[in-house]
Amino acid sequence: MATEGGHGPATSGEYISHHLQNLQVCRVEGEWVWNQCAGNPYAINVDSMFFSILLGVIFAWIFGSAARKASAGKPGKMQAFVELVVDFIDSSVKDTFHGTSKLIAPLALTIFVWVFFMNLMDLIPVDWLPELGLLLGVPYLKVVPTTDVNITFGMSIAVFCLIIFYTVKNKGVTGFISELTLHPIAPPTKGLGLIAAPLIIAFNFILESVALLAKPLSLSLRLFGNMFAGELIFILIAILGIWQLPLHFAWAVFHILIVTLQAFIFMMLTIVYLSLASEEH
Amino acid sequence: MDINMTLIGQTIAMIVFVWFCMKFIWPPLMNAIEERQTQIADGLAAAERGQQSLEKAKAEAEKIIGDARKQATSILDQAHARANEIVAEGKADGVKERERQLAAARSEVEQEVNRAREELRGQVSAIAVASAEKILQREIDPKAHDDILSQLASQL
Repeated sequence: MATEGGHGPATSGEYISHHLQNLQVCRVEGEWVWNQCAGNPYAINVDSMFFSILLGVIFAWIFGSAARKASAGKPGKMQAFVELVVDFIDSSVKDTFHGTSKLIAPLALTIFVWVFFMNLMDLIPVDWLPELGLLLGVPYLKVVPTTDVNITFGMSIAVFCLIIFYTVKNKGVTGFISELTLHPIAPPTKGLGLIAAPLIIAFNFILESVALLAKPLSLSLRLFGNMFAGELIFILIAILGIWQLPLHFAWAVFHILIVTLQAFIFMMLTIVYLSLASEEH
Repeated sequence: MDINMTLIGQTIAMIVFVWFCMKFIWPPLMNAIEERQTQIADGLAAAERGQQSLEKAKAEAEKIIGDARKQATSILDQAHARANEIVAEGKADGVKERERQLAAARSEVEQEVNRAREELRGQVSAIAVASAEKILQREIDPKAHDDILSQLASQL
């Protein structure tokens, strides 16, 4: 599609890499510069942040306006829809998380709807917004925030902090440390085995640390991988010329499933991790 | 694909949105849902109560109607019996009255007949006396032959 455009990239390789390039801003030698930030850890992906916050605001606006107008009487269509989602999240949380927490359910709702919205950006034809950006003078525009690993990691790190917070809150610091060191092999506490105890503790610690770190890592990489692959396939289909139309449609239909499923999985795993963190073994 | 400050930005954004959701979205929606749930439960309970009282009222109404029907039947029976009684009474009265009147009429007729007979008897005896007088031409003293005359009159 864009391969024939005069101002667009010439080859399909360039087309793809153009689509996968974030709009970045960073400081180089005391000045703000755009898109000269490769490898700069202080750069900010402006497009990801913009769409992420925009979609978050849309979520907050839709649900916030429904919540403000919420009444126990006969609900309007919007309120009924919002309540459907809220009720769905609430039952999912109640099925999995057995403690009482004011945070888990709103967290799950935010994650589900926000991630769903961000994933949904994938269904906008891949060239529309970048081409519009080009017209407005924006050289790069990556519209799906969840295809940016920073976004998914940012969310999973927040979840990771909550996991640690809940573990410490419910089991204490000693509980947290013992969970890291005394499982899965209980170190001997008397006799000659005492000599082997530090070794076993070290082994446990390595094992449990990996398990702990794997949670946010898998959480974010799963979402990122699915959405990135989906986006990449959309881009590849877009290269095909006229044949992209049926293929794009088919992949988009299939992608609706992925979009919803990945949002649900992210939410569900967050609840599961947090319920594991707050339950006694 | 590089890790950069976007990560921190997204974490902050997420904290803000989760906080917003926890503060302004979840509680009012949950309150509304729970309130409606209790309302619906109350409404269902009220409907059930209404159904029960309706059934009770229906049974009561049926009972009342049955009683009324029974009463109506008995009243009707009584009325029939009373009517029959009245008719019979009327008939009996009529018969009695008729017989009384008949008897009265009979006795009157009899009296009348007797009276006529007496009168006739008187007249006949007078006629007989007159005839005899004429026949005997004053020869017969009515006082001397009174017994014969009265005997004659009684034989009439």
